[in-house]
Amino acid sequence: MNPGKAIAALGAPVDIDVSKVEPGQLLLAEWKKKPVWILHRKDWMLKTLSEPGLLKRLKDAASQANQQPAPAYVNGNYRALKPHMFIAVALCTHAQCIPDYRPAPHTVTQWWYGGFHCPCHGSMYDFSARVIEGSPAPLNMPVPPYYWVSDTVVRVGEGSPSGADKSWTPSIW
Amino acid sequence: MTTGTTSEQRGLMGWINHRIPVVDMWREHLTGYAAPKNFNFWYFFGSLSMLVLVLQLATGLFLAIHYQPNTHLAFWSVLRGIMRDSHWGWLIRYMHVTGASLFFVLVYLHMYRGIMYGSYKKPRELLWLIGIAIYLVLAGEAFLGYLLPWGQMSFWGSMVVVNFVTAIPVIGNGIAEWLRGSFIVGQPTLNRFFVFHVFLMPFALMALVLVHIIALHQVGSNNPDGVNIRENLNKDGWPKDGIPFHPYYSVKDIFGVSVFMLVFFWFVFYNPSGWGYLVDKLNFAPANGIKTPSDIHPLWFFLPFYAMLRGVPDKLYGVMTFAAAFVMLAAMPLLDRNPIRSIRYRSFLYKVNLLAMPVVFIWLGVIANGQATEHNMVIGMHATLLYYTTFFLLPYFNRQRSAMTTIVWLVVLEALVWGVDFWMYAIDAHSWGLMLQTNWIPTLYIAFILLLALVSPKLTQDGKVPERLTQGGLTH
Ligand code: HEM
Ligand code: FES
Repeated sequence: MNPGKAIAALGAPVDIDVSKVEPGQLLLAEWKKKPVWILHRKDWMLKTLSEPGLLKRLKDAASQANQQPAPAYVNGNYRALKPHMFIAVALCTHAQCIPDYRPAPHTVTQWWYGGFHCPCHGSMYDFSARVIEGSPAPLNMPVPPYYWVSDTVVRVGEGSPSGADKSWTPSIW
Repeated sequence: MTTGTTSEQRGLMGWINHRIPVVDMWREHLTGYAAPKNFNFWYFFGSLSMLVLVLQLATGLFLAIHYQPNTHLAFWSVLRGIMRDSHWGWLIRYMHVTGASLFFVLVYLHMYRGIMYGSYKKPRELLWLIGIAIYLVLAGEAFLGYLLPWGQMSFWGSMVVVNFVTAIPVIGNGIAEWLRGSFIVGQPTLNRFFVFHVFLMPFALMALVLVHIIALHQVGSNNPDGVNIRENLNKDGWPKDGIPFHPYYSVKDIFGVSVFMLVFFWFVFYNPSGWGYLVDKLNFAPANGIKTPSDIHPLWFFLPFYAMLRGVPDKLYGVMTFAAAFVMLAAMPLLDRNPIRSIRYRSFLYKVNLLAMPVVFIWLGVIANGQATEHNMVIGMHATLLYYTTFFLLPYFNRQRSAMTTIVWLVVLEALVWGVDFWMYAIDAHSWGLMLQTNWIPTLYIAFILLLALVSPKLTQDGKVPERLTQGGLTH
């Protein structure tokens, strides 16, 4: 009953052009049959990431769990190689639903700073897809291995042209 | 119970019976099976469940003939092929879908009957456990079948449930992948779910039901008085309060069947989507792996467990909490060790607690029907605590308790409820402002039962069980 060879071969890297993603916009792409987010974060969004009120609510504020290929992807509170361009696999770490994009503050809860809210069992994430206490989800959402091929094209599925981290998997899979 | 002594039947039946004991079996399980004379409304649901099982197998056969287990075709083979293009396909499908839902109505009523009349107590513990196994297999069967039309709810429902396996530490992820045969729910998943749904699980279900009946006839039926009729035999060895199942109860059951059929076909012909509860409206859109519907919930019969899961802000504990809800049911024979079976002769407060069980269960379902807001999660958590409380109170009623014991019980149960709230607060999951809105419900419920027991011990005093059945006109 294990996945067949054809399924296993779906793991090839994909190139994504982000030039049309406006600030504040979320792009949904596909890699390994999984949805991938590219969120163009505005400055105010980046600022929320270091709010003490948010940080104290995070289960893993420092991104210590193995949910990104290497420390380079953590980059402080940004969890991205380039702070403005956030890339993550759009699967809730609870049971793999795709969370809703809920950028407006004070919407999901009174203290809400903006981020993602999962419709399935209510897991909450900040703009870096770090999981918030009170969620059934245990971990931050995974950041896939990727690198910037050019200013506007990102390759998802490997961390360098030589295929770094290609077979890395986050602890949630 | 007289077992089949080879009958001296002549003719064709005699010839057959000599080789295969059909006549003896007929006698043993129908005309010669002594059933208590006082069966009531609640004893309809076992035979009705068997009827629905047969209906599901029959309609399922024709559906399988027209269905395509392929992610590109499945949705259309159902919504166009079966529903429009094949003759009477819509009727067959609606019967199957309505049957699945009503199956759960029947089984829930059937289980509650067992809880009310203490049918899980000696000597029926195994019968009860087989029942729990049937429930679990039935739940699995319903879950597997729900993926097949490959609609949005099918897809996301399966996605979520298979991923619960990943809550198991270390090996969980591997198992989930093995179950799906893919990184996410996909073609391999659909194909194997189809095979399990039409092949593996129906066989398991049929085998379990057979064992269920054999176990029932081995120990004999319980009844609304909870009195064992086999302890009171006439000189022929026949229970004084027993009547042959056939023709007396076969006739009663046929009446039940006709009423059930009215309800069943009312849904099939006039309300096939059952206000969106039998067929979810989101399932009229084909599965889309990159868009989760924002109003997601399981079919109605799983809603209470969904509320439990959502109430716990932790993956592993959440799955354990709803799995333990079944463990509680399975553990009924251990929790309730009072020698009196039927609710009729139990104390007032025990009756209140028993009534609270279905009320909480339905309440959990109502909560789960709402969206996954923080507010609903907190209410769900408190309703879950209430659900467990009703079970934890069962052993309290095993005999009349001293004031000291009552106080200990009170303190421990209240500490449990408040402990969970303190834990939520400690991990910053919810604020007290939100939790205080609903935690008075389990708090007051426990206080109500146990303080009343303290001030008025009469309310925990059981009644006296009669020696013979009290109702039913027929004697034999
Ligand atoms: C496919 C599902 C099921 C079928 C076809 C079925 C069938 C039956 C039948 C025909 C009877 C005898 C008639 C009656 O008492 O109503 C019975 C009795 C019983 N069943 Fe089930 N059953 C099913 C599920 C369950 C479940 C889920 C449980 C409990 C967890 C359960 C527990 C019992 C008990 C305890 C009795 C004896 C009741 C008594 O004598 O008072 N059954 N079942
Ligand atoms: S899948 Fe996101 S909360 Fe359960």
